[in-house]
This record gives sequence, structure tokens and C-alpha cells, in this order.
Amino acid sequence: MNTPCLQVIQISKSFPGVQALEEVSLELHSGEVVALMGANGAGKSTLIRLLAGATQCDGGAIWMDGQPVQLADPATALRAGIGVIHQEFFLVPQLSVLDNLFLGHHRPLGMISRRQESQSAREVFERLGISIDLEAICGQLSVAEQQMVEVAKCLLRRVRVLVLDEPTAALTPRESQRLLDFLRTLRAEGLAILYVSHRLEEVFQIADRIAVLRDGRMVAQGPASGWQRKPLIEAMVGRPLESEYPKEPAVIGNVLLRCRQLGRGNRVQDVSLELHEGEILGVAGLVGAGRTELARLLFGLDRHQTGSIELDGRPISLRGPKDAMRLGIGFLPEDRKKQGLILDHGLIENFSLPNLASFSRGGWMRRSEERQAYDQQQTALGWKPSAPRTPAKLLSGGNQQKLVLGKWIQRDPRVLILDEPTRGVDVGARVDVYRWIVRLAQSHCAILWISSDFEELIGMSDRIVVMHRGRIVSEILDPQEVSASDLLSAAVGADRGDRDG
Amino acid sequence: MAEMQPDARHSHLGRVSTWWRSLITDYGMALVLFGMIATLTGLTWKRQPPGLEGAAEQLLAVAQRTDRPIWLVGSTSEEDRRLIDRLRGAIPASRVTKMVLGGPPDFRRAAQERPAGAPTPLLLCSSQAGGWSIVSELAERLPGWEGVEVAVPNEVSGSSFLKRENLINVANQITVIAMVAIGMTLVILTGGIDLSVGSLIALSAVVACQGIAKFAGGVDATWLAVVGWSGLAILLCALHGWLNGVWVTFLRVPPFIATLATMLIASGHAFMLSKGQSIDQLPTSFRMLGQGRWIGVPVAVWLMIGFYLSFHWILGKTTFGRALYAVGGNSEAARMSGIGVRRVVLIAYTLCGAMAGLGGVLLSSQLQSGAATYGAMYELLVIAAVVVGGASLSGGRGKILGTLIGALVIAVIQNGMNLLGVDPFLQKVVLGYVILGAVLLDRWRSR
Repeated sequence: MNTPCLQVIQISKSFPGVQALEEVSLELHSGEVVALMGANGAGKSTLIRLLAGATQCDGGAIWMDGQPVQLADPATALRAGIGVIHQEFFLVPQLSVLDNLFLGHHRPLGMISRRQESQSAREVFERLGISIDLEAICGQLSVAEQQMVEVAKCLLRRVRVLVLDEPTAALTPRESQRLLDFLRTLRAEGLAILYVSHRLEEVFQIADRIAVLRDGRMVAQGPASGWQRKPLIEAMVGRPLESEYPKEPAVIGNVLLRCRQLGRGNRVQDVSLELHEGEILGVAGLVGAGRTELARLLFGLDRHQTGSIELDGRPISLRGPKDAMRLGIGFLPEDRKKQGLILDHGLIENFSLPNLASFSRGGWMRRSEERQAYDQQQTALGWKPSAPRTPAKLLSGGNQQKLVLGKWIQRDPRVLILDEPTRGVDVGARVDVYRWIVRLAQSHCAILWISSDFEELIGMSDRIVVMHRGRIVSEILDPQEVSASDLLSAAVGADRGDRDG
Repeated sequence: MAEMQPDARHSHLGRVSTWWRSLITDYGMALVLFGMIATLTGLTWKRQPPGLEGAAEQLLAVAQRTDRPIWLVGSTSEEDRRLIDRLRGAIPASRVTKMVLGGPPDFRRAAQERPAGAPTPLLLCSSQAGGWSIVSELAERLPGWEGVEVAVPNEVSGSSFLKRENLINVANQITVIAMVAIGMTLVILTGGIDLSVGSLIALSAVVACQGIAKFAGGVDATWLAVVGWSGLAILLCALHGWLNGVWVTFLRVPPFIATLATMLIASGHAFMLSKGQSIDQLPTSFRMLGQGRWIGVPVAVWLMIGFYLSFHWILGKTTFGRALYAVGGNSEAARMSGIGVRRVVLIAYTLCGAMAGLGGVLLSSQLQSGAATYGAMYELLVIAAVVVGGASLSGGRGKILGTLIGALVIAVIQNGMNLLGVDPFLQKVVLGYVILGAVLLDRWRSR
């Protein structure tokens, strides 16, 4: 075979207290997509940061086209031909697409030739089939469009290796498909692509080879065709898997929460639903379908303009999260870093935040009670590290989500609203989260589960409602009988004949 | 086993660095403070007269060795007067035949008037009186004084910085800034800032003094009136703080702008109320707070210690404290966890205003007058104390005792440079660099 485009040779990297990467080797050839998989904390991010020049390795080497390269900083990495698309984009939201594309380009005498620039930008856009207005302001583009701009920005610098870090994490299923098509075009152009993800479906669709990292070591590498779903998960998790969706038969009780003709603006319109004790009700839909907005109404974060909410058959009025919590409603928000946790604060402070009233008398904290409850939930849910003073930002995504779940379980909620509870959570921790949600439901808690992972909804829900443009467009009483693509077609509004762009 | 090795090695390293880090994080500024105290002690170390007790002890020891009659000699200074009083209390009155409190001419007159033939006395002198040539060369200068024994306390070496009086002085000078810094810490913990505290100090000083001077009889004002007007001034400042909070929470004005406006408004009111004049028609009872002492330590310092301990408790042990940190750390997450974010922020600004009011009353009590020019630039010194104390301006991180250390660092720098005779303008420069240094230390440790 010809010389690999990128060779990562036996690189190691350690941080205080953690060996992030240990003698990891990886090869990328032109015109192939290699999927790098691994649970959270496996070392994927560290490897990406090394390739991006954001950090330096302790041992080993990186070669491009058979020559060793020193990736001292991001600019050097880009010059060497490695482009990295991070989860957060580095676009200036106030500038136009064109300005962003050429931001940081060296120009003779600092002069900008707009004509020349827009011409070369248009060329790249046409070649890749991107249809975004060059004069559009970046901040007004969708996430998917911004991502394409980032990729185009790399291509304008003539990169030969493209690294994408969880590129579909913030995309809707439809946008994800479009991205995969786009990557196939790039592959045909001869780019070497390192696709970092833990979404199995996409990986099987796009990857030529799969490499699995676990605990900083490369544990498996091979052609994608040689992998099955289950052994791949087991390679990532490092232990045999009993069941991906540990759903158990539910004992469904009376109607607990009911809303009638609930509405707010055009984001939530005429939503009526019933939630029973012990039931897991899945809410499917695309991003922007109004699912999160519905959850916010039910938790008192926003006020509904029409309709009513009832709990135990009595109408309730929610002026804020405090009211909702007093009535036994809990809410696990979709963005755990911005809404679920205080990243700089200790685990126990985070854990206690919704439980301050029960850990205090007359405003004075009872530290021993607090610590006891923390230890109890930590043992049960098993987030690591467990030391109560550890800042929450040091936890991996899965462990953070266990902590957020733990702080709500401690309240013993009657209704728990989960908004994307497994987003960014690795496969191993995901099963733990599922198991806890099932256990909650078995203790008569009613669960409203919003997710963009339709497989997950089908595997875990007792019933599913599908939202589209603020409305509930379909209800599935027996989730086992439908497929993810059925849900998707309902979510894009295909059943109603008004297919969206 | 081979798999375990790297982990074990690194976790050990990790523990060591954690230990170091916790020392730096929790006690970093305290270490700096002690370092500064040690340096200043060294720099101000010199030979100097012993203190009151040391001098008395030395002189009494001499007196016990003989049974000659005793003359006590001292200057008119307060220090000498106290020394002589102390000696009189310890020596039987029958032995003291003469006492001179005055200057060299007074002593010469007394020495010349001594009846000839009387036994030559023992002279117990203060350090200052011992330095007069008429005393040290008495035997040569005056007839009839041959064989006189003159006892002067020996000089001892010590630091003028570390003297008890000076240390109390350091604490006393910083009380106003330190008290206001408590309120500022609360506001900064929520991620806000309060620029109005300097003006509120002035407003409170003017309202309290004007009220007492105009409506309560001035110099003859009763205790009750003094307490009443001081309380009213503090309440008024609390109201301004509350308004700051309303602007910030309900009307979503950035704290910098809202409190900048309040700063101008309050300062303007203070000048209007006082008509630009200093008010000093105040009763002596008004001095109690700022100048009174209890077990030798100023009341203001006791008050400061009391407030710091209380707020240390409140922040560490109450649900309000938890909520305050949570709001500053991530207000969105706090709200989603059922914390009344607006209420917490309102309380923080209100308390900050109230503490500024208390600071104003304290300052005018210390200076025994009130003027609209008080507290100018104090907001910046107060913010500096909080930042040097390790609080993060982005909110959610900081300790109330850290702020106390920050205030003391500023006080020690100012006092030390005064003792060393550093140019006051250079002092500002040094203070500026100290603030930058503190922020650098903070960056380094939070990495």
C-alpha cells in the first residue's frame, strides 16, 4: 500500500493523575474514513487535541506523508495539512460567511481582494455542493450550516486530513444524513477523514475502518465490514453487554399529569397529553419541534399562554421551577454543562442544590445529613470520581449525567422530565442511566423522555408521542412495533403531507 | 499488573500536586501576608526605647537594690506621664521625695533647690529625661550632687512594625474598607459588581452627621438620637443597595452600569445634603464606635471581627450561602434547580448597601465629622481587597476570610510603607502591582 497520509506512531500523553494516551498508533490513508470510537474519557479528545496542535505529546511521533512533523500550535497543524472541526465552532458570529472563511489568512500587505476570495470560496462551495450565501451572517446560520462553513474553511487551506469531533452531536437526524453524504464527497476528493463519534449507526454507514480507544489504549482496529454492533460496544465498554435497552415491563397507574391544549407562541401549540404513574412516555421530534419548550412549560420555566396543566386531576399554576419542584416535578435539562451543573463547584454542592431544603433546618445546613445522602446516591449511581469536593467539570459526560440524575432522584420526584438524558453520554454509562430511569418508573414515578435518539425511545418507552412544529402529530401506543424511520417520517411531518425543506 | 503501573505512578504524583495546590489555593494569600509581615518586621528592626512595662520593670529593679530616697524624672509626654504613674504605684510613697514632670529647666531648678546635707537620691528617669545633659552630667554640673545614681531604661531592639500599638493601628485603619468588602464579596460572588459603595459611605456619613447635628441637638445629642440617625443612614444605604439589585435583576441592567449610576446619584445627594461642608457638631458619644476601645482593642476592630465570623458562617453553613455561590457559579443551573435567583441577588446587593452605610457611620465616627468627600475611591480599594482575597470576578468562587486577608494585605502594605517612609505616590504604584500579582497568583492556582 502507498504511504499513509497521516501516521500517529506510539504517542503517549499524561496529565496529573491520568494517563490519557498510552502508545497509541493510527494510520490514515487518502480517500478513507476512519472512525475513532471510544467511551467518554477513553482519550479521543486528547488525541484530537494533539492532532490540532493544542497540546503536545510526551512520547511518540506524528508523521505526514512519511515525514515527521512537529505540531507546536494550531496554526502549524493547519499548515501541515491537518484540519480539525471541533464540537464548538470557531466562527465569528457577527461576520459574514466569506469573512469567516478567510479569517486568519495571510495576505500580502494585509490587503483583502474580495473578488478573488469570493471566487475561490464559490469554487469550493460548488465542488462540494454547499448552497450557503457567502454574504450571510454566520450567527444566523443553523448549526449544520456553520459546520459546513468550518469544513470549507479547512479546505480553503488545502488540508489533506480532516478530523471531525462528534460532528452530529448537535444535528437533527436529517442534517446528520446530509453531513454523511457531504463526507462521502470529501472522501471521493481524496481527503483522509478521522471521524470521532460514539454513534454506532453513523459509524457503520460512513467508516471504512474502525479504531477503538479504551482507557488511553488502542484496543482494536479493523475494517468496518468486520464489525458487528454488539462486539463493538463491548470493545468500547470493556465488558460483555447484557442488553442495550434494559427495559422491563411497566406497571402503569392512574393519570398523574395532564395538559390540555397547552400553547405558547408558535413553539408549542395545542398540546394535550396524559402522563401516568410508572409510565415512560417518549417524546420524539426534530430539534426545534417544540419538545424542550413543552418541557419548560411543564417545569414552570416559561408560562403557558393557552390551555391548562393538571396534577392528580387538579389544575396547577406554575410561576417558576420552585412551584414545580414543590409539586414533585423534576427536570433534567438538555445541556448539562450550561443548565444542569455548576462546573467549577464540587460534586456535593451540585448534588445538594435542588435538595437544600431537605438538608437544612431553618436555613442552616445539616452537613452530616447532606454527606450521608450524597454517599448513598453516589454508591447507588456510581459516578466517579466520588470525592465530594471534586469540581464537576473534571467528570466525564456519563458521570456528570449520573450526578445530575442523582440530584433529582434524591428529591424522589413524582414526575421527572428528561431532556436528551443520554446526549454525549458514552455507551457504558448510557446503560446505567437507562437502568436507573427504569427503576424510577418502577417506583411509580412518571417519566417524560425527550430524545433525538429514536432507537433509544423505541427501546425504552411505554408510549411515544411525536412532535412537529409545536404540535403532537402522532402517538404510538406500542413502540416495539415501529422503527426509527417510522418515527423520523412522522417527525418531519411526512404523515401530514407538509414535508419540511 | 503491568496495566496498573502507570496509573499508580500518576495518581501518586497527582496527590502530591493536589496537596501543594490546596496549600496555595486555601492559604496562598495568607502565606503572602505572613511573608510581608516577616519582611516588614525585618526592615523596621532597630534599637529603640523599651515600652512602658519594660522600662518600669528595669527601673524598679534598680530601686530595689538600694534604700536611697527616690526622685522620679520624666518629660511632659503622655508616655512619660504613664511611666511615672506606674512607678509611683509600685514604690512606697515615703521613698519618693521628689517628682519632676517637665523640661530640663524644671529639673535644674528642682536639683538646685535640694537642701544640702540631705542624702543623695536615686534618679529614676524615663528614656527621654535620661537623654537631657543636665541629668546625665548632673554630678559634674551642680555642686552637692557628687555620687548621684541615675537610672535610665536600657534600649532594647525590636520592630516598630510589630509593636502592639502599630498592629492595632493597622487593623483599625482598614476596618471601614474591610467591612464594606464583606458586602462587596457577596455581590462579586453572584457575578456582579457594586461601584456605588464609595458614594454610599459618603451619603451615610453625611446623613448620620447632618441628622445628629441639625435635628438632634448637635453636641448635646442623646445616645438614642445618635443610634437612631446612624441606623437611619444605614437603612437608606440598604435601600440604595436594594434598588441596585432591582435594576440588575428585574430590569436586567448590567451591574457595572446600574451601580455606576447609583454612585453618581448617591454622591450628588451627599453633596447637596451637606452643601459641600464638613459637619462636626457631634456629641462625644458618637466617638464610641470609631474611637472607643474594649480590652485595649478598638471597638471597630471587634465589630469587624464579629462581622467576618458571622458572614463566614452564613456563607459556609446556610442555604443562603449555598444559593449565593450557585447563582454566581451558573445562574441558569441554579434556577433550574429551584433556587430563587433574583431573591438571592437582591439580598446580596441590599446587604452590600447596608455594609457601605455601616462603613460610612464608622468612618465619620473615627474622624468625628461627616463630609460628602468621604469614601472617594473606596469602591476601588474595596474591590481590590476582594480580588486580592481570591474571589473570582466572574462569580461563584471566593471566601469571606480571603477578603479579610486581602484587606489586611492592603493595610499592611500601606502601613509598612509609611513606617519605611516611602513616598505616598510610590505607594500607589506598589499597590497597583500587588493587585496584578494577586490576580496572577489566582490564574496560576486555578489552572
